[in-house]
Amino acid sequence: MDERVIVCIGCPKGCEIHVKYEGHEVIEMTGNTCKRGEDYVRNEITYPLRMVTSIVPVEGGEFATVPVKTKSDIPKEKIFDVMRELTHVRVKAPVNMGDVVLKDAAGTGIDIIATRSVK
Amino acid sequence: MHCDLVIIGGGPAGLAAALSARENGIEDILILERDHYLGGILNQCVHTGFGLHTFKEELTGPEYAERYVNMVLDKKIPYKVDTMVTDIAPDRTVTAMNKDDGVMKIEASAVILAMGCRERPRGAMNIPGKRPAGIYTAGTAQRLVNIEGYMPGKEVVILGSGDIGLIMARRMTLEGAHVKAVVEIKPKSGGLVRNIEQCLNDFNIPLLLSHTVTKVEGDNRVTGVVVSKVDENMKPIPGTEVHYDCDTLLLSCGLIPENELTRGANATMDPKTGGPVANDHLMTSVDGIFACGNVYHVHDLVDHVSEEAVKAGAFAAEYIKEKRGN
Amino acid sequence: MKNDVIIIGAGVTGSAIARYLARYDIKVLVLERNEDVCTGTSKANSGICHAGFDAKEGSLKAKLNVQGNKMMEALSKELDFPFVNNGSLVLCEKEEDRPKLEELLNRGKANGVEGLSIIDRKELEALEPNITEHAVAALYAKTGGIVDPFMLTIALAENAADNGVTFKFNEEVKEIKKVDGGYAVVTNNGTYEATVVVNAAGVYADVIHNMVSNDKMHIVERKGEYFLLDKSAGSYVKSTIFALPTAYGKGILVSPTTHGNLIVGPTASDIEEKDNTETTAEGLQEIRNMVDKRVVNCPLNQVITSFTGLRAHADRGDFIIEEVKDAPNFIDVAGIESPGLTSAPAIGVMVSDMVRDILKAAENKSFNPKRVGILHPFTMSDEERDKLIKEKPSYSSIVCRCEMITEGEIIDALTRTLPAHSLDGVKRRVRAGMGRCQAGFCSPRVMELICKYTGCAMEDVTKFGGESKQILGKIKESI
Repeated sequence: MDERVIVCIGCPKGCEIHVKYEGHEVIEMTGNTCKRGEDYVRNEITYPLRMVTSIVPVEGGEFATVPVKTKSDIPKEKIFDVMRELTHVRVKAPVNMGDVVLKDAAGTGIDIIATRSVK
Repeated sequence: MHCDLVIIGGGPAGLAAALSARENGIEDILILERDHYLGGILNQCVHTGFGLHTFKEELTGPEYAERYVNMVLDKKIPYKVDTMVTDIAPDRTVTAMNKDDGVMKIEASAVILAMGCRERPRGAMNIPGKRPAGIYTAGTAQRLVNIEGYMPGKEVVILGSGDIGLIMARRMTLEGAHVKAVVEIKPKSGGLVRNIEQCLNDFNIPLLLSHTVTKVEGDNRVTGVVVSKVDENMKPIPGTEVHYDCDTLLLSCGLIPENELTRGANATMDPKTGGPVANDHLMTSVDGIFACGNVYHVHDLVDHVSEEAVKAGAFAAEYIKEKRGN
Repeated sequence: MKNDVIIIGAGVTGSAIARYLARYDIKVLVLERNEDVCTGTSKANSGICHAGFDAKEGSLKAKLNVQGNKMMEALSKELDFPFVNNGSLVLCEKEEDRPKLEELLNRGKANGVEGLSIIDRKELEALEPNITEHAVAALYAKTGGIVDPFMLTIALAENAADNGVTFKFNEEVKEIKKVDGGYAVVTNNGTYEATVVVNAAGVYADVIHNMVSNDKMHIVERKGEYFLLDKSAGSYVKSTIFALPTAYGKGILVSPTTHGNLIVGPTASDIEEKDNTETTAEGLQEIRNMVDKRVVNCPLNQVITSFTGLRAHADRGDFIIEEVKDAPNFIDVAGIESPGLTSAPAIGVMVSDMVRDILKAAENKSFNPKRVGILHPFTMSDEERDKLIKEKPSYSSIVCRCEMITEGEIIDALTRTLPAHSLDGVKRRVRAGMGRCQAGFCSPRVMELICKYTGCAMEDVTKFGGESKQILGKIKESI
């Protein structure tokens, strides 16, 4: 059996969650104050996930860049693969918040979307 | 020119205050913003972590800002960007300027201060050593990276573990820099634990508690810093010096409410918060001048800024209506 | 190609000499090793216009200080730089030191300083409510003043350039050869010839002197550390407050600056390093300890920056302004430590007279002594500013919010005679980045303007020339 203390990143509270687990199976969990924490810990011991945010260049817009994010969490181990793929991404104005700027980033199945509108 | 409510600053506090005042029946509102766009500092905070309270979902800074900007546009609340307020008189005459209007004087029935805060600079910390290029506050680095797309440096040491410093440790790492350490003079980080987890631990960036930078080296560009352990009085302990090669020192040593205009209006200041003293209606010592958000006191979360601004907007609306006598 | 005069060094001394030489019909070239004027001793000092009671009777320091002090106010109007006649005080902190105060008074009178008097505790308190309770009396010098050392230097240099003097930057002198009819000055970039050479190289004056003379000179770098405080502390004292002088100079002073900040310093320690301008924990602590001996509860929590300056102290103890004995037509202007800033205009006149006599130079009939400084709209009334903005919209956009500096001012600094090329160059000309946030807010915008008006890329923008680059590439280049 393994034992870990995991700080939940689900909200600013940052609960310290104590978890005992065997392989991928949770045996005991204490310290979480909500369901998000429970889900987070389950992921951390099996398949850690993270959101990635960055910016990409915009051509012909009011600003030179537009901020972007993964539409949902991606595997933590893929963070730098996604960043490397973003190196080649350029978009043309206008861009709307929520527009997809890169489909299926680094084979994660997750799209990268704009988080700001640029006229 | 007269205006019922002038709001100084179009960041999260100003926008939420404007919406709240409008909901409480004030039509004649003007938001004055010095930058090219509304949304304030949120536009450069491209990371997530905003809006859990307000929108019940986790947003990035620009998304949080754009939602508020869209609401302000929907309600057709007037605003002027690229407009600098240069003076607020105790009688609530606001002097501002921009290229289209020149210098304008606005007689406001009420004013809401929502100018936000600024970072504590290096000088305030008195780090000995040279003064080469490559010393940035975390917020300036954040603007260069997240708005302009430039790297202020590649080998980085960060002094101060405030949230902006932690966030920038991750951002610069993601964009190709090597963050060697985050150095914190106090025995505990001032940042949120989740930021230590996801911004430092995820990338194996060491957090040195009870340490500080005691020397900056480099004749042209920063070439290194010396980090020392500090005792319980936060004084460096001789003999504990460790040298770090780096080309950049980022400073994240706290935020200070930005109150030049507030002082100009003769509002009483609170030396503890750095903001104006306000009553339980968020009104400063100057009649009809209200304050909310980071100009009042520095908040950890933008959601709390918005919440406070909603109150300030409502109190200002109430004040204006009372003065009108209805 | 051949010049009449080469001046080595574009600090306040070299710039003053250049300005007064521009009154003559001769070809003058200034060679400066750094990227701008005012980058050495001239940029890091107390900014004081000393009255002139300090230096020994009959010394060059005494003579030129008093002359310079008398010239400063009129010059500040002619060349449009900030000067304030705020008066200075030398505190007597012990009853037994009163004779020293008398001594200073008498020396001042002998030096020709006007308006000196000894005041008692009561008068002192009335003048300076925050003065230390230990002060029993003070020497009050009515003619003491403060000056913006950057703007004084820049104004002198600009006026020289406007009147035909050539300035070349990033020119480090490597060798000086005697050639027929004068000297060949070899730099990292080329060779320049002139009949007369003026050595105004500050802490490097010994190196330059020793290139042409067998009678070796030695300059000691006397390091001084300072605190600069926020404008909210600027009215803490009205006058410049000194202690009685010691062997190491005038000690730690407390003074307002011309822009309303408060300056506290300098320490004094001799080093043998030409460019060591680092601040030290010990030095800064010394200021903290000493400041309490001048004023009560100095608001040191409002420090916005600390810095170190180097005074060029010559072994002789006096200014060295003379033709080098074994190098005819080579003039040393060396050992220009305090009161060098105050003396600069008088040094300019003195050295330009020496050069005139050597060259038998005729007057420059078209010399224009006036210079118009960079317009700062916040010195204007609202009505004037409104009119200005409507004509020139760039004056509506605030780039530095601490000092309220507009885009229009920065464009002026980047495009006028002897323009700025770096962030520090802009800062010294218009004060963008000089305020309480110390360039945190304005530097990205000033960098953009530097790119736009000098045609360089963001990666090429420097803090102060050379390798002091602000940006090390674009994002994602090295993931």
